Amino acid sequence: MILLQAERTSFRRGERRVVDAASLTLRAGRVMGLIGPNGAGKSTFLRMLAGLLRPESGHIRLAGRDISEITAHQRARQLAFIPQEGQKPPPMPLRALVALGRLPHGQTGERAASHPAVHDALTATGLLDLRDRPASHLSGGERARMNLARALATATPVILADEPIAALDPAHALSMMHLLRVLAAQGKGIIVVLHDLVLAARFCDELVLMDNGAVVRHGPPAEVLRDDLMRSVYGVKVRRIENAVIPWSLDR
Amino acid sequence: MKPVSANFLLNGVLAVAVAGLFCASLMWGETSLPFMDALGDMAAGRHTANAIILGELRLPRSLLAIMVGGTLGLSGAALQGYLRNPLADPGVLGVSGGAALGAVLVFYTGLMQLSIVALPLGGLVGALAAAAILMGLVGQGGTLVLLLAGAALSSFTAALTALALNLVPSPYASFEIMHWLMGSLTDRTFTHVWISLPGVIVGIALMFSAARALDALTLGEDVAESLGFRLRGPWGIQTRIVLGAALAVGSCVAVSGAIGFVGLVVPHLLRSLTGHQPSRLLLPSLLGGSCLLVLADMVVRVVAVGPELQLGVLTALVGAPIFFARVIMLKRNAS
Repeated sequence: MILLQAERTSFRRGERRVVDAASLTLRAGRVMGLIGPNGAGKSTFLRMLAGLLRPESGHIRLAGRDISEITAHQRARQLAFIPQEGQKPPPMPLRALVALGRLPHGQTGERAASHPAVHDALTATGLLDLRDRPASHLSGGERARMNLARALATATPVILADEPIAALDPAHALSMMHLLRVLAAQGKGIIVVLHDLVLAARFCDELVLMDNGAVVRHGPPAEVLRDDLMRSVYGVKVRRIENAVIPWSLDR
Repeated sequence: MKPVSANFLLNGVLAVAVAGLFCASLMWGETSLPFMDALGDMAAGRHTANAIILGELRLPRSLLAIMVGGTLGLSGAALQGYLRNPLADPGVLGVSGGAALGAVLVFYTGLMQLSIVALPLGGLVGALAAAAILMGLVGQGGTLVLLLAGAALSSFTAALTALALNLVPSPYASFEIMHWLMGSLTDRTFTHVWISLPGVIVGIALMFSAARALDALTLGEDVAESLGFRLRGPWGIQTRIVLGAALAVGSCVAVSGAIGFVGLVVPHLLRSLTGHQPSRLLLPSLLGGSCLLVLADMVVRVVAVGPELQLGVLTALVGAPIFFARVIMLKRNAS
């Protein structure tokens, strides 16, 4: 089932085309990795897919309907967005922040915090024991899981995450990617911006490679992480290692 | 569960405190009067001296203290939540400056000789003009644009107010202006209540309508928008908060003059009691602001030191040390 679709979407900032006729199709049960060098337009494309930026040309369809024709509330019930980790969270209890994910369903306060979806989100992200801790006291890894839990609490079919593992150590990054796989297995469609090509290769069903605002290649990891493509886009060498736990090695 | 009942309790205690202080404010003043007799005269429509003191002096003054204090407390909490900056207060919008300038121009031109309502009406016109300029300047811009526009408006209105003071023909008028600028509720009547009430009601309603979005904004603008809130645009959250605070505060400053520190200090004092959740801070800040200002106004009336102490001077005198205490506590907690 197709959940989210972008058709030749473009976005301009001043004279520069940040996203140039980019297309993709996200199906239920898939983890899609959005990769590319810094400044390739990944975050802008993701924010457009989330309905936060209006494309200058092209269309974005969410559950079959043009995203500009549905209300912000309808959109929020279909799609959850996790931005790049920015500011420090407020000293509100973690559970109250995760419960903000119930706002698109019109639930606030204790009614939201005691909703089963909030409990399930805290359990899935392993944060149940920390639920009363002020969010400002959480570690980077816990904060990343809190942001995912907030998105899960809305119970949307689509989750878009901008570099959710950027600030995480290898163990936390692995467990976050495992969690995304579990969620996809439950039928969600997930797009995740990644810089770690090794994890992208291992955990994503398909990769979308962007460069200079355009989608250079869209397909299974083995097809996208080809030596010639990597060299031209990133300027690095990729070597495939047979029968290894991590099947790729990167080199300058 | 715990946080809700704690919040309910906080609001209950503050509401009882407002009611209690309101009654005390009616009973307490320079002249001691037989309260029950005065109340009886007032209810029966007898124009005795006691009934006039109670119904036409103390009642509007106490109501205004509740309205002005509540508006300043609520606006401070709403702006601090929207700007995600605990140092924001209603003054950052520059609308108080507009109200002050409007009132000062009424003094300067001598229009206040015409009618008692000229002064508050001048303040209201100044506040509305400043609010319109602010909204026009900010347009679809973000919080940085808002802060810069507010700063520009504040400095410009302050400069024009200083110019009026500079050019004022008689030293007596300049004394009057200085006195008014310090903020006071002395000799206010029901006319003043009616002039400020519409702006206060509409402003408070606008600010409360944005409460849920303030919680979402604690996680940043992108998250708030992805949760279904429109931040910019004609009915966006920014318009509701800024226009609401501008209308309510402008209407209040027009009748009371500038009263500082209430909007800054009250949300600070109550924030930790509300679990740091911006939406839960709004009502307690409104009630807390009312309490603080009714109390301050009672102190002003009772402490008779020659000329009456101006209310704005007292709130600043009390508010600033509270801030010193917060700084010291913050340093102690950090070390």
